[in-house]
Amino acid sequence: MPDSASAPAGAPVAASSVTIKSFAFSPASITVKVGTTVTWTNQDQDAHTVTDKGGAFGSQALNTGASFKFTFTKPGTYNYLCTIHPFMTATVVVTQ
Amino acid sequence: MTDAQTNDPHGMTRRQLLRHTAWFGSAVVLTVVGGEVISQIGNSNAAAPVPAANDAPALRFVQISDSHIGFNGPANMMVEQTFAEAIDMINALPYRPAFVMHTGDLTHLSTPDQFDQVKQMMSELKTSEVHTVPGEHDGVDDKGAKYRQFFGKGTQGAGWYSWDMAGVHFISLVNTLGLESMGHLGTDQLEWLRKDVAHLSSDTSIVVFSHIPLFAMYAKWGWSTDDSVQALSYLKRFASVTCLNGHVHQLFTKTEGNVTFFSATTTAYPLPKPGDGPAPTPVTLPAGKLHSALGVREVNYVKGNERLALKDVRLT
Repeated sequence: MPDSASAPAGAPVAASSVTIKSFAFSPASITVKVGTTVTWTNQDQDAHTVTDKGGAFGSQALNTGASFKFTFTKPGTYNYLCTIHPFMTATVVVTQ
Repeated sequence: MTDAQTNDPHGMTRRQLLRHTAWFGSAVVLTVVGGEVISQIGNSNAAAPVPAANDAPALRFVQISDSHIGFNGPANMMVEQTFAEAIDMINALPYRPAFVMHTGDLTHLSTPDQFDQVKQMMSELKTSEVHTVPGEHDGVDDKGAKYRQFFGKGTQGAGWYSWDMAGVHFISLVNTLGLESMGHLGTDQLEWLRKDVAHLSSDTSIVVFSHIPLFAMYAKWGWSTDDSVQALSYLKRFASVTCLNGHVHQLFTKTEGNVTFFSATTTAYPLPKPGDGPAPTPVTLPAGKLHSALGVREVNYVKGNERLALKDVRLT
């Protein structure tokens, strides 16, 4: 089983890139400053999406190797998931 | 006893297995008699695709599933080819199926090109009707809007519908478009279902199609439908209810009271058995083994016998 780099709940990691691997977002919780562009890259064989539950952002289906970028312009906590595999959930915390 | 993963050809030597040809190869025959599932290994000398029926079937149809047109990974670099092979197998049947049902994940990425391609491919099927239900891969970024553009004619809501044929009431449900829970039917569809079956007599045979299982096969991986109990409560009074699904890319069957559930395999790539590993990652089989995990399903209905006979046939 691959090592999971998921952060424990409540402990977001300062990072602007997220890997999608083994049906998980890694790190599972990140924190960025307003204006940061976050990049998600799918390293799985299956397709995934990056979809905000609140509708702020949403990717198309990302095939293997595909990336999605989104620039956060408003502070807040964004909970997102993969619409194909909704058990894959993660969080972006955006600060001023 | 009711585990349809008996697709393993028990009692056959490898030589015998290899000698078998497309239709009578390693098929498992699942015969439903009065709610009891009987499985047996197909016999190469069988004279008909589905044995043990003295009466002529009132209805024959075929289920295919999970073609994932657009997938391109080590588990299957040629999903379009294996889907075309499945279509060829159906077209080579000694009878013309009343309809062919594709139980979802027609496409892999929900792109217009993939929908167009899979629709064109299915137009080659030698059958009177082609039916579909959407998989979660068919509504990736638009809650099924593109799916309905291509396949939603005559449907209601998110794409659900029903029809009657040869005394059987067929129901196509959509349980793949909920954002945060999957599978999920939702209150609108449940209410539609309640009304849809309200007028039917209790001796009507019911066949329900959905992409995700309506039973809890493995909820952790999304292999269940969180409000299926409500749906099934509307079907309790019927003598015979058969639920046919895809999604899990493997054969499985389970009986609960008057309802028998059958998961179909895929034409694209296998997935692990429930809970086997951390995630439902596509399985890459050793060279030459892929086709043995893929297949199509024949279904016969014999009027009056309350019998649905299923035959799962491997792609060869």
